[in-house]
Amino acid sequence: MIELEGLTKRFGTKTAVDHLSFQVRPGQVTGFLGPNGAGKSTTMRMVLGLDHPTSGTARIDGKHYGELDEPLTYIGALLEAGGLHGGRSAYNNLLCLAQSNRIPERRVAEVLDLVGLSAVARKKPKGFSMGMGQRLGIAAALLGDPQILMFDEPVNGLDPEGIHWIRNLMKALAAEGRTIFVSSHLMSEMALTADHLIVIGRGKLLADTSMADFIHQNSRSYVRVRSPQPEQLRDALHSSGMTVAEEGNGTLEIDGATTEEVGELAGRHGIVLHELSAQRASLEEAFMRMTAAAVEYHAHDANAPQWAPKGV
Amino acid sequence: MVIAPGPDANDLSMGLERMIEAVGLTKRYGAKTAVYNLSFQVRPGTVTGFLGPNGSGKSTTMRMILGLDRPTSGHVTIGGHPFRRLPNAPRQVGALLDAKAVHGGRSARNHLLSLAQLAGIPARRVDEVLGVVGLQDVARKRSSGFSLGMGQRLGIAAALLGDPQVLLFDEPVNGLDPEGILWVRNLMKALAAEGRTVFVSSHLMSEMALTAEHLIVIGRGQLLADMSVKDFISANSADFARVRAPQTEPQQREKLMVALAEAGGQVMSEPDGALRVTGLPLPRISDLAHDAGVRLWELSPHQASLEEAYMRLTQGAVDYRSTDDQRAGLMQQPPMGYAPPPVVIPEVPQQGWYAPPPPGHNPYAAGPGTQPAGPPAAPAPAPAPADLSKSEDAR
Amino acid sequence: MASVPAVLRSEWTKIRTVSSTVWTLTSALVVTVALGAALSALVRATFEDMPPIEQATFDPTVVSFSGMLLGQLAMVVFGVLVVGTEYSTGMIRTSLAAVPRRGTFLFSKIFVAGVLALVVGLATSFLSFFLGQALLGEHRTSIGEDNVLRAVIGGGLYMGLMAVFSMGVAAMLRSTVLSLGILVPFFFLISQILSAVPKAKEVAEFFPDQAGSTIMQVVPGAMGSDPPPYGPWGGMGIMLLWVTAALLGGYTVLKKRDA
Repeated sequence: MIELEGLTKRFGTKTAVDHLSFQVRPGQVTGFLGPNGAGKSTTMRMVLGLDHPTSGTARIDGKHYGELDEPLTYIGALLEAGGLHGGRSAYNNLLCLAQSNRIPERRVAEVLDLVGLSAVARKKPKGFSMGMGQRLGIAAALLGDPQILMFDEPVNGLDPEGIHWIRNLMKALAAEGRTIFVSSHLMSEMALTADHLIVIGRGKLLADTSMADFIHQNSRSYVRVRSPQPEQLRDALHSSGMTVAEEGNGTLEIDGATTEEVGELAGRHGIVLHELSAQRASLEEAFMRMTAAAVEYHAHDANAPQWAPKGV
Repeated sequence: MVIAPGPDANDLSMGLERMIEAVGLTKRYGAKTAVYNLSFQVRPGTVTGFLGPNGSGKSTTMRMILGLDRPTSGHVTIGGHPFRRLPNAPRQVGALLDAKAVHGGRSARNHLLSLAQLAGIPARRVDEVLGVVGLQDVARKRSSGFSLGMGQRLGIAAALLGDPQVLLFDEPVNGLDPEGILWVRNLMKALAAEGRTVFVSSHLMSEMALTAEHLIVIGRGQLLADMSVKDFISANSADFARVRAPQTEPQQREKLMVALAEAGGQVMSEPDGALRVTGLPLPRISDLAHDAGVRLWELSPHQASLEEAYMRLTQGAVDYRSTDDQRAGLMQQPPMGYAPPPVVIPEVPQQGWYAPPPPGHNPYAAGPGTQPAGPPAAPAPAPAPADLSKSEDAR
Repeated sequence: MASVPAVLRSEWTKIRTVSSTVWTLTSALVVTVALGAALSALVRATFEDMPPIEQATFDPTVVSFSGMLLGQLAMVVFGVLVVGTEYSTGMIRTSLAAVPRRGTFLFSKIFVAGVLALVVGLATSFLSFFLGQALLGEHRTSIGEDNVLRAVIGGGLYMGLMAVFSMGVAAMLRSTVLSLGILVPFFFLISQILSAVPKAKEVAEFFPDQAGSTIMQVVPGAMGSDPPPYGPWGGMGIMLLWVTAALLGGYTVLKKRDA
């Protein structure tokens, strides 16, 4: 588990991270979102003990990073900018890291195999494409078989196959009970990967919630129904006090209801449904609303009100 | 939008002078063929996505379009001219190829100014495009201090400088934050709506699905597909329906499953207990449920994603593939569904994308721990029919 | 805490798996030995043309070490690259994530690289000495003479310490380009020029290279130079102070700054 308590970082007069407290729990993929300059990378660097917090603490399983014996066996990290020597072969880059944490050498070949780089193990990373460099960085993170993994923009430069692979890798690692903390700007990708979200803006915590709740709270969701008996259905819905909007072709949209409620209602009235689906806005849309709020209310009021649902 | 609208697409018979056309385009580097016999057209007025795995020849093709690489054979033209013979090329074609191709010591403004001067573009246009990409505040800062996203915006500014009718973007959203991604997406759509030709490569399928209307897909240097996004998805995947019976009554779910299977649908279980049904239209599922006396809590159509369609098409054409068995030695298999299904039916592969069965094939026949679900072969456990008859009797 | 032997092993792997190690250390050795040999041969041929003062204070050991003036620059480059590439490649973050004890990390790296530089430095000085003496003919000295062994071992020590000093400076400046841009002109030009200017000379005598290189003199005030206000081991002591200061500075910067 990663625990942050009042973590703060100032660079001169600029506060990059402002009293950030949250926990990243095992067994799920936690997405770390925020606009550029929100302090995501600084936070990740402080977790790894690379940047010194101005105040507050970041702990890994209850310990400061610097107190960890062989830290790579606790937490593996992929940071944004490479972090490996371009003139040293991929294999030897990993070997140095393995040796420093007393990780057996055979694990180097294992992780290279895992990320699909065995064929270029003896080649120098300076000739690698961005995607291959990213795979090598992921291999380095996995080296100590750690229980906690932190990835900063892992899909950068990967091709669709690679994106698909890293997504499933993260999910599989989380399913094994590991803690996965991943930052990304790609909302559509996050929506497919993360179970939980931590959103920051201007260094402050904006949200620490499950994916479903986040989308639910920050956007409109409704139920869409299609029926060959639209009039009967509409009457039934009306009589049970639901708000119905008609969209033509016998399609109805119902705000503030669940598919279960509508399904039961239709069943009771013997109405045939040709579609009964929950519609929700995309993560991107929810994120835009939430961060726009953070920016907008930053100057006036720290407690931004809940967003009233608007049209999708 | 600051960009002046281009000449109306309707004025120019077919927009031919804005079309990119490749004919038998081939590029060899020594023994390796990067691009082979590629023929396609990129038309104005729509965003055309350019997809392919790493190493499939996308960048080489883009470089040949821009006259940076010379084709081994075949040719590629813009508005009928090879790029190098294009009159006043910077005013006609704008490109974002590599965000890092900027002299880091120069300010963003001076970088654009030097490009503008080369092309005879007035200096005020520089400030205009800086405004369009949102870099006006850092215009006089040296670009060496720019983040990847800022570099990308500068590259886009350079592409827009000559107000060109043809635009090429290679991975335009690299390094941009969500707001930047949304902005680029809308920018590209707006440029296309103005009648321009927009050709964009990307690895982000979900992004492409939102941006492009037309797709050109290559693999190992050869054309795999040239069609609309809609056609591409329906040609390379199957849609399915998600069906949920009341969770409070498990026998309803079983009844529904049997009814659907008997009607020729293929049924799989999703982690949350919903059923994934292929091969039956929604109204038919509805009727079957009705006939079986099952109330539905959900009946939603799902269109396959562009990613699924793409993965299916390019399966054979990927260079660096991390195979599943590489992982198998190190990790335990992830646990399957959270609620064990009461009846033996195949699980939707949680970790994978769902590739629909090719005609006459069941891809799950060989799947680990799953069993074929074809209706005639469905090995329903003994108690199921008994329960079924009982509940039917009860009705 | 990460175990020190593990970190030493890792740093050794780092050093032996980059090509810059081989080319910098090879050129330190080859340039020093070859230049020393060439100058020794030249001195033998033109001994009679030398000014009388130089003939009187003729120091065959110093002559055979003439190549060090250029060869030490390769040592400086080696030292700077060992530390500087951590920063230029961004590897420092990966390294510190693996070894969060920054003192353990820095001093393990400098220890491994320093020992290697010392070994190569000793090989260089012994080779330079024997080849130089062979070419000096009748003007030669031998390793058994008074203070000669001290000078030859001192030569190796000097080369090694130049590398270690550069590592400390690179750790302070956190940049390969900046470190090379300061150290190379300093040792190759500024120190040499100032030591030839009467007033400035009194300051230049306390520069690490000027002070450290006195240990290679067997004859005090060798080759017509003014004897400095300290002995050979005094000079080595001054150099060691410089090295210690650079290392402490480097350690402080690494400890305090964000990676």
